[in-house]
Amino acid sequence: MLQRDDITALILTLQLAGCTTLILLLIGTPLAWWLARSRWRGKFLLEALVALPLVLPPTVLGFYLLLALGPRGWLGQLNTALGFSPWVFSFKGLVAGSVIYSLPFVVQPLQDTFQSIGRRPLEVAATLRAGPWDRLVHVILPMSRSGFVTASMLGFAHTMGEFGVVLMIGGNIPGLTQVLSIRIYGQVETLQYAQAHLLSGALLLVSLTILISVYALRGRLRLVR
Amino acid sequence: MASDTMPNPNTEGARLRIRQHLTRGSFTMRADLNLPAQGISAFMGESGSGKTSLLRAIAGLDRHDSGEVRLGELCWQDGTQFTPTHRRELAYIFQEDNLFTHLNVRGNLAFALKRSSATLAERDALIEQLGLQSLLDAHPLQLSGGERQKVALARALLMKPRLLLMDEPLSAVDAPFKAEFLPQLRQLVQQQDVPLLYVSHAADEVAQLADTLVLFRKGEAPLSGSVDAMLTDLSLPLAGRSDAESIIEAMVTAYEGSYGLLRLQAGSLVFRVSGPFLAPGTLVRLRIMAQDVSLALSAQPDTSILNICPATVLELAADSASQLTVLLNLGGQGLHLLARVTRKSAEHLQLRPGLALYAQIKSVAVLR
Repeated sequence: MLQRDDITALILTLQLAGCTTLILLLIGTPLAWWLARSRWRGKFLLEALVALPLVLPPTVLGFYLLLALGPRGWLGQLNTALGFSPWVFSFKGLVAGSVIYSLPFVVQPLQDTFQSIGRRPLEVAATLRAGPWDRLVHVILPMSRSGFVTASMLGFAHTMGEFGVVLMIGGNIPGLTQVLSIRIYGQVETLQYAQAHLLSGALLLVSLTILISVYALRGRLRLVR
Repeated sequence: MASDTMPNPNTEGARLRIRQHLTRGSFTMRADLNLPAQGISAFMGESGSGKTSLLRAIAGLDRHDSGEVRLGELCWQDGTQFTPTHRRELAYIFQEDNLFTHLNVRGNLAFALKRSSATLAERDALIEQLGLQSLLDAHPLQLSGGERQKVALARALLMKPRLLLMDEPLSAVDAPFKAEFLPQLRQLVQQQDVPLLYVSHAADEVAQLADTLVLFRKGEAPLSGSVDAMLTDLSLPLAGRSDAESIIEAMVTAYEGSYGLLRLQAGSLVFRVSGPFLAPGTLVRLRIMAQDVSLALSAQPDTSILNICPATVLELAADSASQLTVLLNLGGQGLHLLARVTRKSAEHLQLRPGLALYAQIKSVAVLR
């Protein structure tokens, strides 16, 4: 059977993926919009930076984050000076790492969607006296539904499978930073194959369920468009 | 000029002032126009001459510094301010892709209704007039190109615009649809008394719709004037086209059913034109191609041509080594008509300004 720590790790993983996805939607939407619309010549630099986590080994990202956020890092020192609790080996540290790690999985589908919508619907809306906010709520968002579904799905699923970044800046503290992938790794290392099987199976099931429901939903949304 | 638009006392004399200096890459155009803020003004000219660019600038979709756009007492742009598109009381119909694809036809109309003062009754009247009842639940992508433009027109009129702008709205529709749509459009803008700027490079659309013609030429400032004067101005390239044409406003006076002929009156001139029945009193435009007009020094009684009018030569212009365009004053009425003749005939008839002769009009199109 699943142990209590297994359940804790599962819930923590879902919380991490949920928080990360939410934050990514909040910062990824304006970023993707800007990338889709800007005519700035140096835009490709930012696009490369956003795509970096796709190719960078997660341990490398985790290593630099650890250095920056650690007590001797410049971000860590700033954090201490401001009187906040430390970022390393904490849940918020995990979220920060995951946000960077999963950034391209949210930004790229959104950017594609915004680019495919084009300028025309917004110009049409403006000639129908819809202001910027009105256009966002009543034109851009409804027209981008399937893009938002894809972005959330990829961001969530990708964060759930994260390992290297979490291990570097979160460590392995049950209930705080021990996510499923790390717990499974620990179980395999200590030869608890039965437990590892159970947890891996659970993770597989959850991932598959998310993907199936999301693809089914997306199919329906496409029909509406 | 002769126009069947009923002038509204509130907008009578109101002008649309446009001053823009457009630059995009190597393209540059200075426009300084003063158009009547009523009736239909057609922007005509070859592609790449800046028609669409100017229309977009008027709508505020593109911003060009130090421009000016004034409609009557309204100022949308001058040296100190620029009103964004969504605060201008206008409506705009693009060449295509006007409808929101995340909404059906009803939803597209509701989008406008929510943002204007139009009532449900006004919406229903427009739906009725444009015959959109059966389309309300359809998705835009299920409609034909023409149906989409009709919905776009209904939606635009629901905004109760002070100015309506249309950018080649019929470039992707077939001729039968055009023939049905153009009279509807003319009627609707008259009914709402909204000035219309209509971009087109189709001469037949311009002949049918325009009261004012704005002529665009590459690298030059656009010129404007009443459509009949512009079409027959020999100093402009319009009169030199192979399909040069004249327009005469006329009224139906009778229908000779036994011959299927309409009898029409323009000033004291009478025209007889074959065509479907139109009620006496209907105001129409007669479109006469220059190549369908021949000249004779005496009235020919033994000819199959029905319409022969006394005329005076006003001006001549050579189109090529072999052809001339002749501007005529028709029947002393101040009506202008173009005729195309060969240089050989011109020499033979000794055509010169002031010469009195007869214009034989072989073919007349009646435009509603």
